[in-house]
Formats: sequence, C-alpha cells, structure tokens
Amino acid sequence: MDIPYTVEVRRDTGLTNGKIGIWLFLASEVMLFGALFASYILIRTGAPSWPRGDTILNVPLATFNTLVLISSSVTMVMAWASLMRHRFGTFRIYMGATILLGFVFLVVKYFEYSHKFENGLYPSTNNFLAIYFTLTGLHMLHVFGGMMVNAYFLGPGSKLWKTNPEWFTNRVEHSGLFWHFVDLVWIFLFPTLYLL
Amino acid sequence: MTEPAAVAAPKPHIAHEVPHEALGFWRKYVFSTDHKVIGIQYAITGLLFLLFGFSLMMLMRWQLAYPGAALPLLGRLLGEARMPGGTMLPEFYNELGAMHGTIMVFLGVVPLAVGGFGNFVVPLQIGAQDMAFPRLNMASYWSFFLGGVTMLASFLVPGGAAQGGWTSYTPLSVLAGTGQTMWLIGMIFLITSSLLGAINFITTIIQLRAKGLTFLRFPFFVWTQFVTAFLLLLAFPPLEAAAVMQLMDRVAGTSFFLPSGLVVSGQVVAVAGGGNPLLWQHLFWFLAHPEVYVLILPGMGIVAEIIANNTRKPLWGYRSMVYSLVFLGFMSFIVWAHHMFMTGMGTAMAAFFQTTTMIISIPSVVILTALIISLWGGSIRFNTPMLFAVAFLPMFGIGGLTGLPLGLNVADIPLHDTYYVIAHFHYVVAPGTIFALFAGIYYWFPKATGRKMNETLGKIHFFGSLVCMNVVFMPMFLMGLAGVSRRLFDGGASYAFAQPVLHLNVVSSWGAWTLAIFQIPFIFNFFWSIWKGEQTDGNPWQATTIEWAAPSPPPHGNFPVAPEAYRGPYEYSVPGAAKDFLPQYEA
Repeated sequence: MDIPYTVEVRRDTGLTNGKIGIWLFLASEVMLFGALFASYILIRTGAPSWPRGDTILNVPLATFNTLVLISSSVTMVMAWASLMRHRFGTFRIYMGATILLGFVFLVVKYFEYSHKFENGLYPSTNNFLAIYFTLTGLHMLHVFGGMMVNAYFLGPGSKLWKTNPEWFTNRVEHSGLFWHFVDLVWIFLFPTLYLL
Repeated sequence: MTEPAAVAAPKPHIAHEVPHEALGFWRKYVFSTDHKVIGIQYAITGLLFLLFGFSLMMLMRWQLAYPGAALPLLGRLLGEARMPGGTMLPEFYNELGAMHGTIMVFLGVVPLAVGGFGNFVVPLQIGAQDMAFPRLNMASYWSFFLGGVTMLASFLVPGGAAQGGWTSYTPLSVLAGTGQTMWLIGMIFLITSSLLGAINFITTIIQLRAKGLTFLRFPFFVWTQFVTAFLLLLAFPPLEAAAVMQLMDRVAGTSFFLPSGLVVSGQVVAVAGGGNPLLWQHLFWFLAHPEVYVLILPGMGIVAEIIANNTRKPLWGYRSMVYSLVFLGFMSFIVWAHHMFMTGMGTAMAAFFQTTTMIISIPSVVILTALIISLWGGSIRFNTPMLFAVAFLPMFGIGGLTGLPLGLNVADIPLHDTYYVIAHFHYVVAPGTIFALFAGIYYWFPKATGRKMNETLGKIHFFGSLVCMNVVFMPMFLMGLAGVSRRLFDGGASYAFAQPVLHLNVVSSWGAWTLAIFQIPFIFNFFWSIWKGEQTDGNPWQATTIEWAAPSPPPHGNFPVAPEAYRGPYEYSVPGAAKDFLPQYEA
C-alpha cells in the first residue's frame, strides 16, 4: 500500500506529506525552546543578581562553534542542491562535511563542559549554570539527533536514491530543515547565554 | 448505491498491493501500521486504564466515606506499606489521588478520544486509506504504551507512586520520592506520543482527504480532531520543557523551581535557590488548559455525528460550530492562568485572564446550543449511542456553566480548592466526555467489527450510569459550597464546619461503587458482541459520512475504490430525495 503524496505534491495544497510533517514538528520545537527561553527570562528577571555570560563561559570557543554550525548549514544546503542537480557524488561529500562539522561542534562543547566541571561549576551551582546546561544540553541532543538522521541518509538510507531519487531528495530537504532549525536555535542561544 | 468515480483522482489509490494476509500475527495485530488496528489498540489500552483509574478512585471513596475504617479483604491484600491492617495510610491516599488524575487524563480519556477514535475514524471519514505516516503512528502508540508502563511501575518503587496530584506542583514535587521521577519520565514518553500523533493527524487531514472533500464538507468530528491535534502539538512542548526542568531539579540538583531559603521540616533545603515555584504552574497550565479542550472537543465531535444521524436532520449551524471551534482553539492558549487566581497574581493579571475566560465560554456555548437546537423538530431514534449523546448535552452543560464562577477571580477564591471544583470538572469529563466516548463506542462498533452491540444491555448501562454519575458528583457541589476542601485524606471529618455535609461523602461513595456495577453490562456486551452481536452491513445507521462507504470491518487500505465527496456531511431528510439520507460519497 502506497500512501499518496509521499513523493508527489498534492495539487491543491502544493505540498508533500513530509513537508507538512517536518514544519509541524518544527512548530512544536519552537514551543519547546520557547518555553525554556521564557523560563530563562522569568528566572533572570526575578534574580537579585545575574552573572554576565562572558564572565563564566568561553566566548571565543562559542564563536568558533557558531561559525562551525553556520558552515554546516551551508554544506547541508549544498548536499540537497547536489541531489537536485543529480550529482550523487557531490552530495556525499557535502553530507559528510555536514556530519563532520556537527561532530566538531560536539567536541568543542565537550571541552567546554569538562572545563566547567573541572572548575567545580555544575548545574546545581547556580541558576545561570542550570539554564546554561539545560538549554545547551537539550540543543546538543538535537545536534546529535540531526547527525544520526544525516548519517542514515549518507549510509543505508541512500539506497533510496537508486529506486526513487525524488523521494530521497525530499527526505534530505526535510532533514535539512531540521538541521537549519537546530542551527537557528544556537544563533539564539549564543547571544542569550554567552553575551548578555 | 451508485459507484464512486475514482478515475479523476490524481493517482488512483490501489488498496491491497500488499495483501493483509501476507503479514504475520505480530505485524498484523501487535506492531501494526494499520490505523484501524492502532486505533483499536489505543482504545482498548485506554479503556483498561480508565477502569484502573476508576478502581483507584473507588479505593479512595472508601477512605472518604468511612475515614480510618479498615477495608475488608482488599485492604489487607494491598500490604502493610499501603494499608496496614486494612486502614489506608495518608501517603497511599495521596498516591491514589495523584495517579487517578494522571491516569484518567493522560492514559485514559485522551488515548481513547484522540488515539482511539481519532485513529480509527478520521482516515475513514476523510476517505483515506491510512494515516499519512503509518510507522510514526505505530511509534506513537508504543511510546504511549511505554509511558503507561512507567506510570504503573511507579507504584512499585520504594515510597510508591507520585503523590503531588496530577498537577505535580513544585516545590513539593521536587522534594518528593522516586515515584515523582518515574512520573516525569512517564510524562516525557506520553508527550512524545502525543506529538507524533498530532503531526500525523494534521498532515493526514490536510493531505489525504478524498477528492471533493473541502474543509467545510468535513464531518464535525474531523474538525474537532483537527483542532485538538493543533492543541496537542503546540501546548504539550512547554510541559515537556517543564518536565525536563523538574527532572533537572530532582536529578542534577538545579533549582529552577526551588526558591532561596526554602525550609522543609525545620531545615533549610541545601540548594542554590533562586528558582520560581510559580513557573511550574504557568508551564503546567499552559498545557493543561488546552488539555481540557483536548478532553472535551473529540467528545463534542462524536456527539455531533450521532445527533445528526439520529435526528435525521443536518446539524443546526454547522458553520458557526466550525468557526466557534477554531476560535476556541486559539483562545485556549491565553486562558491558562485562571487556574492560578489563588497564587496572588494581582488584579491586573487576573482581570486579563478572567476576561479571556469569559470570552472562551462563548464558543463552547455556541457549539452546545447548536447541538441542542439540532434536536428541535427531529424524529429522534433513541438507540444507545443517541441516549449517551443526548445525555452528554445537559451533563456537559452543568459542568460548563458551573465553571463560569471559577473563571471569575472573586468567585474563584472561595470556591477553588473545594469539592466544587472537583464536581465542576468531573461533570465536564465524566458524564460529559466519557458519555460521549461510550456513545462513540456503541456507534462505531459495527464499523470496527461488522456487528452491533446489544441494545438492551446498552440501555441498562446507560440509565444506570446516568443516575450513578449524578449521585457521585451532585453532592460534591453541595460539599464544595459548604466549604469542604478537596484533597483531604479524611474527606473533611476533622473540620467542625464540614460535619453537616459529611454524610454526602457516603452518598458519593455508594454512587461510585454502584456506577462500577453498571459498567459490567458494558464490558460483557463489548466482548459478547464481537462474536455474537447482530451482524450488520456497511452502513447500519443509514449515515451519510464517508466511513460508512467502507465495508465493515474495513480491510487494510479501507476502501475498495477511492471514495469522493459530492456534498456536505449531513444531508439528511433532503426534500424530494428518494431516501431520508444522501451519503457524501454517492454522486
């Protein structure tokens, strides 16, 4: 049994099922991170004092990570664009680069975290660190999830390219939308936590 | 029946490409991706949880009616840690209360109304062969199942299940035992399940509706599921965020919800502090108020279907109902703090939230009024589904109207945290939504099994339940107005002012136990009818909506030929027509 509009668009909506699905998922993700940002605002405005992010956190490392994630968004788009041009070889290079950049982000984050722990800074230390670890931790889970999906499309999932290239291209596009969202969350996290 | 034309569909949907028989037992009945099997899995699991949640309440009702008395037989079986010598411990009472609420809302009513009816009926009503994402659908059920198992398992951990009420208010819940951690993990599973389901429903309804089925030709039930899915999609993630933060507070020692200088049992709690306990309440009610509409909207949808079918008339004011529904969905996101008037939020905030609360009551009243007017002048068939559907109207009416004083800051303060609140929302959910769900079971049972449920047993079930529901909940209004607080372990026995109304606790309790007895005909009827019920054809109720075009029970892929919609959903008693109903799917 084939579900209609998995690959071809429905004429009156102009969309495939997957496209609607991923945007709905991102809407719920906005609410998830939105609630956490709102909590951050409430806790910070209620606090008698609040440290500036750069007095505790490592801004140069985070700036580097911001560049890494933005670059990974670019390579993600290039991966999808290669598929649109039917260049599977280039797709593999760009997709590999996207995953690699995600990995670099996580490694940098690992050094940041372990440096905090070495200095006795834990989530329980104060509410600034609590929200820092919660937000970045949840964000890292998202980066990791996105990497897993991308790795699937680079590896076993890419078999679909041979049988149904259009469907495969759509899937990579949807995975890309998620990846850009994860990138965007970081764009908000970085100034909020590190600079303000 | 004329033959529906499938030729014009953009891509003919050919069912049976994979014969259903080709799948083994596990893939067919357990790890199935068929929306009908998943719907039935959800419905059965939901019904079992409803029974379990109800049993917890029956235990509590013993303690409330006869505080401190030893419960014969069963009391001893529950063990020394819960009921030493058959007498209930306060801690166990609190576990029962918290888990009754959690189970009824998150594991009973919502899975049955959305997971069960939504999954089974919506694809059929829109003429689709399945949900848009069948594997996601299966994942949604199994995530729900894991959440349910986690919640049940929490009774067995040291210290027992969560004791903080279904609302898990902080800071108490942060300081509670292991059961609360289990509760939070269970909730994360349930939220994931809802999220997957909501994405699937919205996509299915937008994309897979049959040719000619425009939005204003949707049966009202499809509309209610559509709006419900948006509520689940957007309101649940903030609770997920809150659950993550409470989990961090409990496991990683953060203090999101713990204020500085919190003193427990004479000791200052050793945490960093600086948190805000009210933040939890805001995040919780940001979900839980839309959740109230998640509980009630599918019920309204079921009732609308059954009323139109059994009055043999179109719904009165279908469009107004749809517009009200959508407006209600929007408004439900900005009324949450009317649950928090007691927190001392200040008059400006209270004024805002009581205004929005009064505004949101308007669309609910429009829908209810339209349903009542729909009865006017109809030649009504009083079969079991219709009896439950008609009873829904006054029962939901009582629940809804008694909610108005609670939406007003000044009236809420004396009434909040009394039995009045319990009576109010139970009227909405128990004889309201649950009656609608029973109506739906009797109504769509022939579609799922090809057999009707027994009418006599159905009527015994209905009249018994109707009387008992009112015996259970009506006294609670009186107790609440007399000022008896809810959540009291002894039902108010230790308060002098409560003495004149204490006998009502006994009335309520006997009502609850009798209500349980009246569920036996239903349970028997349900299983008996699967094998022995009266056999029916595809459309036993002479209904107009598309699900009745499919064979009963529908095969994998639902329709032999892709159906098309030619008209609105409720074309009953059209003047000049040959029969008293014109199905949507007949040209």
